[in-house]
Amino acid sequence: MRKISRLSRFNIASLALGLAFLYLPILILVIYSFNASRLVTVWGGWSLRWYHEFFGDRAMIEASWMSLRVAVASATIATLIGTLAAVALSRGEGFRGRTLFSGMLYAPLVMPEVITGLSLLLLFVALNAERGFWTVTIAHTTLTMCFVAVVVQSRLGSLDRSLEEAAMDLGCAPVRAFLSVTLPLIAPAIVAGWMLAFTLSLDDLVIASFTTGPGSATLPIRIYSEVRLGVKPEINAICTLVIALIAVVIVIASLASKLSSSQGESAAPL
Amino acid sequence: MSARRIFARPARFAAIAPYIWMLLFFLVPFGFVLKISLSQTAIAQPPYEPVFDLTAGWTAIRAAFAALGIDNFKLLSSDDLYVFAYLRSLTVAVTATALLLLIGYPIAYGMARLPKRRQAVAMVLVIVPFWTSFLIRIYAWINILQHDGLLNRILLALHLVSEPVVWLSTDTAMYIGIVYSYLPFMILPLYATLAKMEPALEEAASDLGAPPWQVFWLVTFPLSLPGVGAGVLLCFIPIVGEFVIPDLLAGSNSLMIGQTLWLEFFTNKDWPVASAAAIILLVVLLLPLLLYERLQRRQLEER
Repeated sequence: MRKISRLSRFNIASLALGLAFLYLPILILVIYSFNASRLVTVWGGWSLRWYHEFFGDRAMIEASWMSLRVAVASATIATLIGTLAAVALSRGEGFRGRTLFSGMLYAPLVMPEVITGLSLLLLFVALNAERGFWTVTIAHTTLTMCFVAVVVQSRLGSLDRSLEEAAMDLGCAPVRAFLSVTLPLIAPAIVAGWMLAFTLSLDDLVIASFTTGPGSATLPIRIYSEVRLGVKPEINAICTLVIALIAVVIVIASLASKLSSSQGESAAPL
Repeated sequence: MSARRIFARPARFAAIAPYIWMLLFFLVPFGFVLKISLSQTAIAQPPYEPVFDLTAGWTAIRAAFAALGIDNFKLLSSDDLYVFAYLRSLTVAVTATALLLLIGYPIAYGMARLPKRRQAVAMVLVIVPFWTSFLIRIYAWINILQHDGLLNRILLALHLVSEPVVWLSTDTAMYIGIVYSYLPFMILPLYATLAKMEPALEEAASDLGAPPWQVFWLVTFPLSLPGVGAGVLLCFIPIVGEFVIPDLLAGSNSLMIGQTLWLEFFTNKDWPVASAAAIILLVVLLLPLLLYERLQRRQLEER
């Protein structure tokens, strides 16, 4: 009997090339952020010069602070509401308006950002809301809660429902059964959802550009306006700092998901 | 009553807050886009009229309705600039999605054939770039592709070219950027279906004498079609409306629709035309969006 070898040379080559393609550009960016030379492409030795420059740049620091605040606030609200949405979708059986509900939750995952951004801005203008921190936070919450809902829903779907049913057969009220049985089991997915929401918010340029007001630019908005003028070594340093921050977030999230997968088989969200 | 049914009732109440949130901040705003797309441009703040004023009574509402018009849509369908922008967006999205499928499939296939433990590692490695900032990844490519950037220096050092090649502000740069940014979105759904596939099926085909390419084309590929569909939609829909990548990497002589929308809104301050452009974009994407929604629901809810 002939057996197909599971891993051919072609498989290995495409994997290696694919991963190199994904990682090399980021690696190059990080290395050049430590370049002493003002010319981005000429290597002038190692230096922290551009990091100093960044910490002296008030506008950039303010934008970073704004981005961090928006990311924490929107990720937190999105995790709360997104988890509720996931519970309703996977445990609520059929209810009126369910199709519209799931449609509204899944559409923003792929909806072009220019549409989401424009429509939210027009709403804020119609409501006469002052644009700034809160409008961006609401906009980011609307986008990221859908990602949280998908992550948590996929975890809920892979969960053994007999656990919560057993708790109720033993006399637990439904809410209590949820809080003491289901919630601890989906906690890792909720943590991962928060992290994902946080990084998505930190990353967003288009929606923030539409919904923010004068004087409250987020970090991507500042970076974007600098990048349009050309490559600057200081931007490399800022990008490296953002990557470092996200790396920390990823480590925490992957620890959380490791916890989750050791408790049972979990489907991979996104 | 079964425990499952009792549990379902409070679970339904959990829908209230997210339902209201999404109605208010996702569905209702489209009403405003539609309304403003039908109104006239005005040099004012906000730069459009008419405005519905419910407090002004019925006659005012009727007057407002009378002032609505489809002028903006006529402009968008008659002006070549916009027609070309839509066509270009669709062409770019189709080309880029095909490229993504061609590049993503072998990678996903390789992942699915790794030993089980390694698969988890490979998946994390593919997801990580998705978490790092979109803008930063595009910026990383500007670093590489610029006139005296790394790519040109390598090509010059290897004597493959005699003078620096212009990479930035070309469609090539844009496609590199799009493929780079969306690759994880293509790989993950493909990998998910390929990993679930029964290896015995391929072995059976091979035992019956099929050469490897036939095994792939007649067995593996047809079975992976659900993953192909998900990956294609996940990439195609956002790419049609993409703004950042063509803006930073492609030339400025032909624009995608996301860019014209941005330009009308931020530079020309023509909110009604920008809104009309958004409505048309939405109509173009309606069918793929509905398909995607169905796929997503099936994947998450039918276990």
